[in-house]
Amino acid sequence: MSINEKEPWFSAKNLKLLTAPLNKDNPITVQVLGICSALAVTVKLKPAIVMALSVTIVTAVSNAVIAAMRQYIPDRIRIIVQLVVIATMVILVDQFLKAFVFDVSKQLSVFVGLIITNCILMGRLEAFAMANKPWPSFIDGLGNGAGYGFILVVVAFIRELLGSGTIYGYPVMQKIGVYDSGYINNGMIILPPMALILVGLIIWFQRSRNRELIEK
Amino acid sequence: MENLLNIFVKSIFIDNMVFAFFLGMCSFLAVSKTVKTSIGLGVAVVFVLLITTPVNFLVEKYVLRKGALIWLGDGFADLDLSFLTFMVFIAVIAAMVQLVEMVVEKFSPSLYNSLGIFLPLIAVNCAILGAALFMQQREYENVAEATVFGVGSGIGWMLAIISIAAIREKMRYSNVPAPLKGLGITFILTGLMAIAFMGFMGIKL
Repeated sequence: MSINEKEPWFSAKNLKLLTAPLNKDNPITVQVLGICSALAVTVKLKPAIVMALSVTIVTAVSNAVIAAMRQYIPDRIRIIVQLVVIATMVILVDQFLKAFVFDVSKQLSVFVGLIITNCILMGRLEAFAMANKPWPSFIDGLGNGAGYGFILVVVAFIRELLGSGTIYGYPVMQKIGVYDSGYINNGMIILPPMALILVGLIIWFQRSRNRELIEK
Repeated sequence: MENLLNIFVKSIFIDNMVFAFFLGMCSFLAVSKTVKTSIGLGVAVVFVLLITTPVNFLVEKYVLRKGALIWLGDGFADLDLSFLTFMVFIAVIAAMVQLVEMVVEKFSPSLYNSLGIFLPLIAVNCAILGAALFMQQREYENVAEATVFGVGSGIGWMLAIISIAAIREKMRYSNVPAPLKGLGITFILTGLMAIAFMGFMGIKL
């Protein structure tokens, strides 16, 4: 391929960057990144979705920004430069959430701020954006954000359905009428420890499907 | 005094960084393979929290809060810099970690060698920034309270990582299902420990 010939925007390679984090290269269950915030915001679907979107946007944009600047960043101070870029993005997202979805912003409390130290960001910046062009880095950020969001939404779905009997605030269990036959919500699943155990089970499920991910 | 003791115990057991808020999970899972390294990381976290929490408290009180800059003159009374909180906190933490690293290297090479790679990594440990943000959210009244909260959170984190490392060392002899090995079982273990820690809930001194 000559230099003038442009790589198509969604070439096979770029598409792979987008889809790999959803399963085989998932940031949470395989790369073990960004677990801190993943568990605390998954009691209900709504905050989980907002959180997933915020992380995806911040990862994608800061990946692209750092990739664009990568040749000008002195190696010794790269961490502080990365932190400044990430912090700027997070401030923007935080102010946006406060302005438009204030109740969700209250529920997420400190966890929006903690996106800054979310290991997905630093991990992807160090591992990918510092060595690649802005567009693939942007895609990589989107993919990893989506992989993170996917796990978040799965955990939040299970916890909200079994814990509160609702899906996105809609009282499913009540509509089906299982309460009449003696069903009660499982209060245990709303508590923090169950999020950990659920993620553990998801990892178990995923690894028994993909045997090559099993640790020695 | 009583108040300080209350904050201390509360931040170690009830509001434990790992078990109640899942903060610092990344390094918690990655470094907890042996007890020795987890003691090193735990000490480093306590150390950094001891320094950064009071510094961040003072920065918040005298620079960032609405009307905090009044000591510069009446013209600054309405200034509200709180939207800069994240950026300033993370900068303070990164700078303090760098400073601590240099001081420790100069005065105690043995401690520096035992902390090794962990010190710089701590700048991006969510437990540190988390402690700063919780400190801001809970509106502690003075530096003493903030410091005690910082140290307590650090000790709670250290307690968690050392105990999980000890369990993981023993786990090597157990017959865990292959897909659950490593990460999966550690998650479930942490969950079970968190359930145990919930027994502390509601303790008041």
